[in-house]
Amino acid sequence: MSVMFEPVLLRRAGRPNSQSLAGYIADGGYQGLRKALAMEPAKVIETVIGSSLRGRGGAGFNTGAKWKFLPNNIVGPIYLCINGDESEPGTFNNRILIEEDPHQVLEGIVISGFATGSTTAYFYLRYEYGRCYRTLKAAIDEMYANNLLGKNILGSGYSLDIHLHRGACAYICGEETGLIESLEGKRAWPRIKPPFPAVEGAFRRPTVVNNVETMACVTQILDRGADWFKSIGVPKNPDDPRDGGSYGPKLYCISGHVNKPGLLELPLGVTARELIDKHAGGVWKGRQAKAVVPGGISMGFLAANELDTPLDFVGPGRAGCLGLGTAAVIVIDDQTSMVDVLYNTCRFFAHESCGQCTPCREGTAWSTKILHRIREGKGTLKDLDTLTDISKTIGTMPGTTICGLADGAAWPIKNALAKFRPEFEEFITSGRRTAVREFASAH
Amino acid sequence: MGTVFVNDIEVEVGPKENLVQAAARAGVEVPHYCWHHDLSVVASCRMCLVEVGDRKPDGTTVMMPRLTPACQTIARPGTVVVTDSPKVKAAQAQTLEYLLLNHPLDCSICDQAGECYLQDYTHKFGRAHSRLNEPKVQREDKYDIGDQIALFTDRCVMCTRCVRFTREISGTSELHVTNRGSVEEIDVFPENPCNNKLAGNVVDLCPVGALCSKDFLYKQRVWWLKSQESVCMNCSTGCSITVDQNEDRVYRVRPRENAQAQGSFMCDDGRFGWKYIHGEDRLISPRIGKFTITNTNGSPLPETVEGEALRRSSQLVFIDPWPTVLKATRDALTSATSQNAVGFVAVLSPMMTCEEAFILAKFIRFVSKRATLALGPVPVVGEDDRYPKDHRGNPPAMDATKFTIRAEKCANRFGVELVLKHFQGEVISFDTVIEKMRQNSLTSAYIVGGFPDAWLDESLLPLMKSLQWLIVQDFQRSSLTDAASILLASATFAEREGTVINHAGLAQLSRPAIRTPKDARADGRLLSELAQRNGLFNAAAIRREMAHDIPAFEVFASGDLGKDGTFLTQPELVKT
Repeated sequence: MSVMFEPVLLRRAGRPNSQSLAGYIADGGYQGLRKALAMEPAKVIETVIGSSLRGRGGAGFNTGAKWKFLPNNIVGPIYLCINGDESEPGTFNNRILIEEDPHQVLEGIVISGFATGSTTAYFYLRYEYGRCYRTLKAAIDEMYANNLLGKNILGSGYSLDIHLHRGACAYICGEETGLIESLEGKRAWPRIKPPFPAVEGAFRRPTVVNNVETMACVTQILDRGADWFKSIGVPKNPDDPRDGGSYGPKLYCISGHVNKPGLLELPLGVTARELIDKHAGGVWKGRQAKAVVPGGISMGFLAANELDTPLDFVGPGRAGCLGLGTAAVIVIDDQTSMVDVLYNTCRFFAHESCGQCTPCREGTAWSTKILHRIREGKGTLKDLDTLTDISKTIGTMPGTTICGLADGAAWPIKNALAKFRPEFEEFITSGRRTAVREFASAH
Repeated sequence: MGTVFVNDIEVEVGPKENLVQAAARAGVEVPHYCWHHDLSVVASCRMCLVEVGDRKPDGTTVMMPRLTPACQTIARPGTVVVTDSPKVKAAQAQTLEYLLLNHPLDCSICDQAGECYLQDYTHKFGRAHSRLNEPKVQREDKYDIGDQIALFTDRCVMCTRCVRFTREISGTSELHVTNRGSVEEIDVFPENPCNNKLAGNVVDLCPVGALCSKDFLYKQRVWWLKSQESVCMNCSTGCSITVDQNEDRVYRVRPRENAQAQGSFMCDDGRFGWKYIHGEDRLISPRIGKFTITNTNGSPLPETVEGEALRRSSQLVFIDPWPTVLKATRDALTSATSQNAVGFVAVLSPMMTCEEAFILAKFIRFVSKRATLALGPVPVVGEDDRYPKDHRGNPPAMDATKFTIRAEKCANRFGVELVLKHFQGEVISFDTVIEKMRQNSLTSAYIVGGFPDAWLDESLLPLMKSLQWLIVQDFQRSSLTDAASILLASATFAEREGTVINHAGLAQLSRPAIRTPKDARADGRLLSELAQRNGLFNAAAIRREMAHDIPAFEVFASGDLGKDGTFLTQPELVKT
């Protein structure tokens, strides 16, 4: 199937002038929006529900269902927030989508705004994406000039304003309530739920938060139809009531020790081995993969014997990972020490922990310090048990934190110690050192 | 509302109560740091994790798989809470281990030791040891985070109660969290220290020893302190307070939670405004100054020319025994009222308790039906100061007010006015008294002070001195007490017992925390003995008598007002 697969979301990427409105319209753009505006908003939501589109931001929640969570008969504004705070290590699909084809994303935003009844959309973009910012700014200006934004879009009577908001370099702003807090001008401390954003979100108003890639998918679903979308990917397992299916194309970000890193659009369900060998030119320097991150570093690791895991919404979970996440595949070759990999991972989460919940604030920093000591050659086997304990006691899964950041911090530790424990034990007992610089703190 | 099950104990809960409160009703303690009932819920300390389930009508129970913060969960009918399962205990121990990872464990030099929730919970719910082998995060102490408060940064558990207090209650927003992760800390912005009028409350709110009061710092170990329930006399809000003392020395005053009075907090004016208790100017003995001398057996001595000359020419202080002074006072009252009853005025201070005002007023009426009973000066400073302020410092709308520092700087105007209305029929103001003095229609006066600050305009002194008899009851020296012909050395609120009625008609009991210095005497006892009442001064008995004599005080009938006080049944009497 994948052999014959033609990219849809990335079909215009790399073409000259792919960012311009004229180029987008010449390629058939804004047809989805025209179709949507001719429908009732409820019908648009039905179409998206019919496509079984699941959010591309990491959690994989059904997009249409999320929109339906908005209470009925809302008086006053509803806000649509677009999560462009793409900070998961290894992930760059939003960036390419925005830089190469901003109108595809923006069209999806207008469609989603129309469907949810929002008249204001906030595009939350991570600060580091300067080029994205300039591209989006220009595209939004073009849309305003051509009645694709603002009052009475295309004569439909529907009005929408998009505010482009730049973040301030924090991973936690990618968490939807952290994003909302940051948008409101506060410290990005995720909120307790309930109330969920659909009931009380940005500025205490009903709010929908969607990922950038989800918006691009919405555009294509409206243009090509829900059936087209459902014809791609892995159908739901009828024996598993919790499986919502993995439909549609997905952008896989491949990085790490491969010959051809980059962004690939493939149907959901491609296996890790297929991705590496067929699409990414294999592991570099003729080496073997030791571990593969299935979807951003917070999802954990697949071991070498798990490479046939399909990278859809259920596959990585079955292999003990947290999930598909952002489908950012990082390949780690067999010459790399997992101790170093895990240390680097933990350091990231200790740095990015917002510091609100005690277990995450202290647990992430503690695990980093322990791993640093291990890398200094001063580790003991008992440390591995402590690390396991930390990984089991932080996160929303045991219920000890507000948001999922701690789960993301815990899963790499869990996976690494479950799947690569002999390597850690060997490293500790050998007394080797790989720490190359003085440890100041986790920051 | 409805029944919840806490560790299989059935309890009825009120509306909108969370599981911490529900468990407390069942006598089960759910440890918590960040949650405070007057602040917003953040559920971030993760100390109150419990297992939560739902008991269905058919009797089956469905438990949620993950732990849930009790503070964040509203108790609903049928909610099942488990706080003592191995899972919950493990989570509590683990959270405490995390909290203590970077805590310096400097309890031996920490002011909070002995009343520290980190100590208490670790004792009850924690592990005996930490597994940390790594260096702890060290953070600079911030001694100047406020004029009255110091931050010991590394003791902080980041519950953010203090931050939320300055945002939600004071509205001044000085405190915030800076940095991220395990190196984050509480801080203020440059040149904007935490100096609002409610700032001292963050010290009480801090569950650990991070925020300390500089005034109390290193003065006492808390386990030496004895606490007494009292009422703040500094304004007509009448905050319920706790006075902490050791060996007759007050070390600190803390708010005592009372939803009927002020809530959970108090202002810094009250919190630090008690230093006069141990002031240099305290009067420590009574004195007969000007007109007569009685010997110890009470028989009057004829006034001698030499004695009078000596008294007039020097600042000599006469230390006279109480029976002599009280006898002399009675004689003076009798003499003054028999010579010119309408020329005698008794000025009752709004700082007096109801009982004291009642005893004095009743006694003066007993001595003379025609003597005047008047109200002392009622100090008013500016306007009521309401919180939370907005970002420009403006007060909130009336119904959004969470704390008020009242402009009327005395505690018991209403109570004293009720007494005066009964015995005098009207409230005669101090200005009227002064006016009468100016017209020379007064010949003698009994004046009660009791104000923390100098209260009499110096320009009025000649008027006072011109009186034939000037009897002054006060606790600290002033030009008025120097001019007194009889001086009755009385007590501060910390040494007195009695009832005060606040702006809203709430009668609260203030109890004596310490003894009066030297030979000064608590006002209640002083007046009781002056009036030659039977037995020792017993405030509850006086209250019963008041309820019998004055209908407005009918709630005093049982003599007991409860811990949180009782509202007068006829509040319209005080809302004048």
